[in-house]
Amino acid sequence: MSMLLRTEGVRKAYGGVQALDACEIEVGEGSVAGLIGPNGSGKTTLFNVITGYAKADAGHVYLADRKITNLAPDKVFALGIGRTFQLTRIFASLTVLENMLVASRHGRGSARKHAMEQLDFVGIAGHQAELAGTLSYGQRKLLELAYVLVADPAVILLDEPAGGVNLSLVNHIADRIRELNAAGKTFLIVEHNMEFVMGLCDRVTVLDSGTVVAAGPPGIIRTDRRVLNAYLGEDLDAGEDE
Amino acid sequence: MAGAKITSVSRQRVAAVAGLLLLAVAAITFPLVFSSPVVTNYAVYALIFVAVVSAWNMFSGFSGYISLGQAVFFGSGAYAVGIAARDWHVTGTAVFALLPLAAAVGAVIAVPFGLVALRVRRHTFIVITIAVFFIFQLMAYNLNSFTGGTIGVSAPFLPWSPTTFNNRFYYITLACAVAAVVIAVLIRRSRFGLQLRAIRDDEDRVRGLGVRAMRVKLAAFVLSAAITGLVGGVWFLYLTQVLPASGFDPLFDLSLVLMAFLGGLGTISGPIIGALIVEPGQLYLTIKYTNGYLSEILLGALFLLIVLFVPRGIVPTAGEWIRRLRSRGRPAVPPVTSPAREASEASR
Repeated sequence: MSMLLRTEGVRKAYGGVQALDACEIEVGEGSVAGLIGPNGSGKTTLFNVITGYAKADAGHVYLADRKITNLAPDKVFALGIGRTFQLTRIFASLTVLENMLVASRHGRGSARKHAMEQLDFVGIAGHQAELAGTLSYGQRKLLELAYVLVADPAVILLDEPAGGVNLSLVNHIADRIRELNAAGKTFLIVEHNMEFVMGLCDRVTVLDSGTVVAAGPPGIIRTDRRVLNAYLGEDLDAGEDE
Repeated sequence: MAGAKITSVSRQRVAAVAGLLLLAVAAITFPLVFSSPVVTNYAVYALIFVAVVSAWNMFSGFSGYISLGQAVFFGSGAYAVGIAARDWHVTGTAVFALLPLAAAVGAVIAVPFGLVALRVRRHTFIVITIAVFFIFQLMAYNLNSFTGGTIGVSAPFLPWSPTTFNNRFYYITLACAVAAVVIAVLIRRSRFGLQLRAIRDDEDRVRGLGVRAMRVKLAAFVLSAAITGLVGGVWFLYLTQVLPASGFDPLFDLSLVLMAFLGGLGTISGPIIGALIVEPGQLYLTIKYTNGYLSEILLGALFLLIVLFVPRGIVPTAGEWIRRLRSRGRPAVPPVTSPAREASEASR
């Protein structure tokens, strides 16, 4: 499997806090990759660096073989990386359909048709004429996913897609991701819901204090001691040695 | 059900077209019905402000970048026509051929102005627009050989009878106002307008969706400046003189903001309603109380009342009231009509 998205030695500091420290991840083309780690481990910062919302202090980001380090967000998106946010960022004063058309690159007539198809796909087509600000939190998550899909990106970065939504919607979102992945889309997903991650991802990368501490298939990651150390904050290896 | 909905939509369209036709007839026949020069003078000023506030709104209202430097383009447009007519010896009605120059001057000034000011947001943007405004006012005062300093620039004599002077300008300013409103409507309906309105909600997110936000903002800023510059040129020919204090008047920008906020920022009809209320009122008070600052005091009081009681403006507030009245007696949750709707409701 060829690598579609990868980072090499990415470093990012905010004042005295080293958010990312020689961070290296790889996302294979057509895969669903997971990115997990405790709060403050640098997951969202890595998303921000990849998508141009934050500038890396050192290191590089590659999309296929193209270096995209520190490109502006609009250029990163144009190259084929779309993302959603942990706290949804929709355009509240626009209607649901208008939200979809902001990012569309289709002609006037086909843009509307394509937008409606995506809304239908995520299941909120019935709300097209409503102001996006009136949607529930779960529907906002779906809208954000839908308007990222409008531009047909090659890689989709989802920041906590299952966070704060009910179980039936979590399953609905997981099904949509599986369908998109089957159609060839590549995903990198940040999520705290382990059941969601382990059930969906082909490969999981674990971050702790801005550094990758483990990477591999979900079955192996689930039992990796370094992962348990990172999450539980205990030095299990040291305990075993004693 | 669907048939009833279509009938309702067609009725609304017919009503809208009939309303627009009525408005057009009223606007065209206005100076024939109200022929007093005092009344037509009020109307000319009101239309000037309808055009300018619509131009201001197509950038500031749509994007949320509140500019207090629109007078830069208005005054520059006025000076451009005056200086060009003086230096190129343009006389009579030929001066109207200089109006595109006023628009071009406004647009050209807006490019470097926008490239600097649009890098920052919110309060910082407002402060920069005020600073640029005062730079232009100071230049108008001090570049004597170019701007005439405190004496200003006078317009060439227009060979029109005093009895038809106001009426002719009424139709010229009406054309400007209609053009500005039509452009605003076209922008609002376009993807460009959608991107501007999305910038108002979350500019960083817009950039993350592949929109070159700076280009979009700058294009709107330049277009708004061009229209304002042109209307500044018309205002100069009507008034026949421009001075630094009148061409670059700080109250001009405050009035624009007040009109837009009163009517409804970012809407099409709101700024028009605001201009039609505020400008004649302001003129009336200025003429009636020549030595006082009553109009300014009342302007400030009106601003406070708007902020307190109709912070979203007349048009959005009235729209909300109408929606509430219409939804009275209806169920809070509409009946499920399709499987897709059912699925989406389940996700709530």
